[in-house]
Amino acid sequence: MTHVTSVLAQDGLIDFNFELLIDRFWANTIDGLSYGSIYALVAIGYTLVYGVLRLINFAHSEIFVIGVFAAYFTFASLGFVPGESPQLGLFVLIGSLLAAGLVAMAVSGGSAVLLERVCYRPLRKRGAPPLVFLITAIGASFAIQQIFLITLGANSQPTIRLLRPTEVFEIFGARVTNIQIMTVVAAIVLMVVADTFVNRTRLGRGVRAVSQDPATATLMGVNRERVFMLTFLLGGVLAGAAALFYIMTIPAAAVYNGGFLLGIKAFTAAVLGGIGNLRGALLGGLVLGVVENYGQSFFGGEWRDVIAFVLLIVVLMFRPTGILGESLAKARA
Amino acid sequence: MNAPQAAAAKVPFGTRLRDWWGSLDRWQQWAVLIPVVVVIYLLPVLNPPFLTTEPGTDFQITLFNAARIALIAIGLNIVVGQAGLLDLGYVGFFAVGAYTTAVFSSPDSFLATDYPWLACIPLAMFVTAVSGLILGAPTLRLRGDYLAIVTLGFGEIVRLLADNLDPLRGQRGFGAIPGPEVTRADGSQVFTSTDGTPWYWLTVTVIIVVLMFVGNLERSRVGRAWVAIREDEDAAEAMGVPTFRFKLWAFAMGATVGGLSGSIYAGQVGFINSQGFDIITSILFLAAVVLGGSGNKVGVILGAFIIVYIPDRFQVIAQYRFLIFGLAIIVLMIFRPQGLLGARQRLLTYGRQAYQRLIGKGEQISSESALGKHEEGVLR
Repeated sequence: MTHVTSVLAQDGLIDFNFELLIDRFWANTIDGLSYGSIYALVAIGYTLVYGVLRLINFAHSEIFVIGVFAAYFTFASLGFVPGESPQLGLFVLIGSLLAAGLVAMAVSGGSAVLLERVCYRPLRKRGAPPLVFLITAIGASFAIQQIFLITLGANSQPTIRLLRPTEVFEIFGARVTNIQIMTVVAAIVLMVVADTFVNRTRLGRGVRAVSQDPATATLMGVNRERVFMLTFLLGGVLAGAAALFYIMTIPAAAVYNGGFLLGIKAFTAAVLGGIGNLRGALLGGLVLGVVENYGQSFFGGEWRDVIAFVLLIVVLMFRPTGILGESLAKARA
Repeated sequence: MNAPQAAAAKVPFGTRLRDWWGSLDRWQQWAVLIPVVVVIYLLPVLNPPFLTTEPGTDFQITLFNAARIALIAIGLNIVVGQAGLLDLGYVGFFAVGAYTTAVFSSPDSFLATDYPWLACIPLAMFVTAVSGLILGAPTLRLRGDYLAIVTLGFGEIVRLLADNLDPLRGQRGFGAIPGPEVTRADGSQVFTSTDGTPWYWLTVTVIIVVLMFVGNLERSRVGRAWVAIREDEDAAEAMGVPTFRFKLWAFAMGATVGGLSGSIYAGQVGFINSQGFDIITSILFLAAVVLGGSGNKVGVILGAFIIVYIPDRFQVIAQYRFLIFGLAIIVLMIFRPQGLLGARQRLLTYGRQAYQRLIGKGEQISSESALGKHEEGVLR
């Protein structure tokens, strides 16, 4: 092992591990892409809401957690038991996954719309300044988290495995599992669907119009309230889909505060790609996932979460417009 | 108020109280304040039966905690209430203060300096002020939600550093952090972690000093610049206010107060580790400011008192307190965005005398603070 020492490493604070970084390069890339696609799906919710409402929907991470629990309890109510790994037929497996995914998407989408109705619409009617929206969102995020804490406890729900991660093929010595393939493919398909929806359909045109100029869009006959509802619905539905893959990727994922970190990372992904930009969210998610995994090898696993935060701060400071696309980070209060 | 007759018909009690207070002379205000302060000081001794906490919860410790959170709220109010910069990582400054105290005074520390607690306070305040500058200098170009997210990241980075850096001892933490070395006649320590009363008195005294300091700051050019930035940053910049410098100022001042309270906290509990400096705590600090009335010093003290006192007084709801505070934030923001006691702007330049001379009554009351500013149009 050739540990490269530095000033920090001499103090024994952080070990920089080049060898592990190179050893695990491909494995990290593949893990990173699969995590990154989950980030990307959640990031869409941030980026869409920001695009039309100019609001960081702080409670979006809780919408995601709602999806996680919805998927979990769907598994449980379908009769799957924690600790067992059932040998399922292909149709039963796909059916169960589809059921859990649809329930999660529906519940997340529904609660996102409900959140918009209960928390944001009254503020909009009163013409509240942006800071009030943000504080309300924080309050909502806090409240939803506490509801889960009180009803389900602080411990994460025991893992239910429908599908063991098994190696499908190897690429440059790194194993690629079935769950990873599924996650990445599903994320890309969903992103393409979302992108097509926003760019090709009539409703999507409304969304883009409101995003560009709400007042003019309203004058041109776009129903603004409906567009807002639609954006929250779309963001929520994709967060629900992300929730399904999250719960399959990470054991013991269903925990009351599981959304906070993932929310921050998804937001970082959105900023990284250029907030307000759907394709940017996908790119940002994948980049963040991969960078995070490289960093984990390089700095050590305990620094994994720090990397996302530092990356967020660095991106906001030096390139608030993200990799693709424009952002209004500085142009508004 | 260009229609005094209409306004006089139905003036809310709060406004009348405020007008009455504004119409008093400075010495009259002091005459009212001093008995109030005396009562506040006597609270832990009097232990009023209807006000005391339920058995099993130490009323004196509750009071100390309320005072401690009040001090934090005053510090956070400088940043959020006065300058209008939403800081979600304030717990980071609190942690820096507590950790500085621990590192310099605890025998567990790698420095093993064993400074007395009193020597650690200025050190802690200095280090937090510097950390405020370090965070503020690069990030204060950002605005609104972006600044909030960056500060949130800062708070988490501080916690993760405390968790993962070996010298900061993570969850093992630092023990035996000393308090002030004051002994009674029989040689026993006055400041112990079990007796809240001396700590409460100390914190209230500190609060009064900080309030005077912050109050003077608010009435100075700095305070006017803060209000200008809060109300409209672009306009302030256009009128020649060096906004960046004053925002940095606000950050550093707020951080210093946060460090001070962290130092007091570390001295009182005697043990700190990386737990308890999480984002939930930060949100709770923000809740104190927002509930009480952002921008209003009395308001944020009230908010801090509510946050600490209610769960201890009514233990039935203690389990639900975070939920209640979360919901309270939503409801308040929708129906009363300025908080329980909203901030009012004053004619700062000439003060109350000028206004009295001109109008013949209390201070001018303008619209609410930036948090409660009502505007036409939603998206700008």
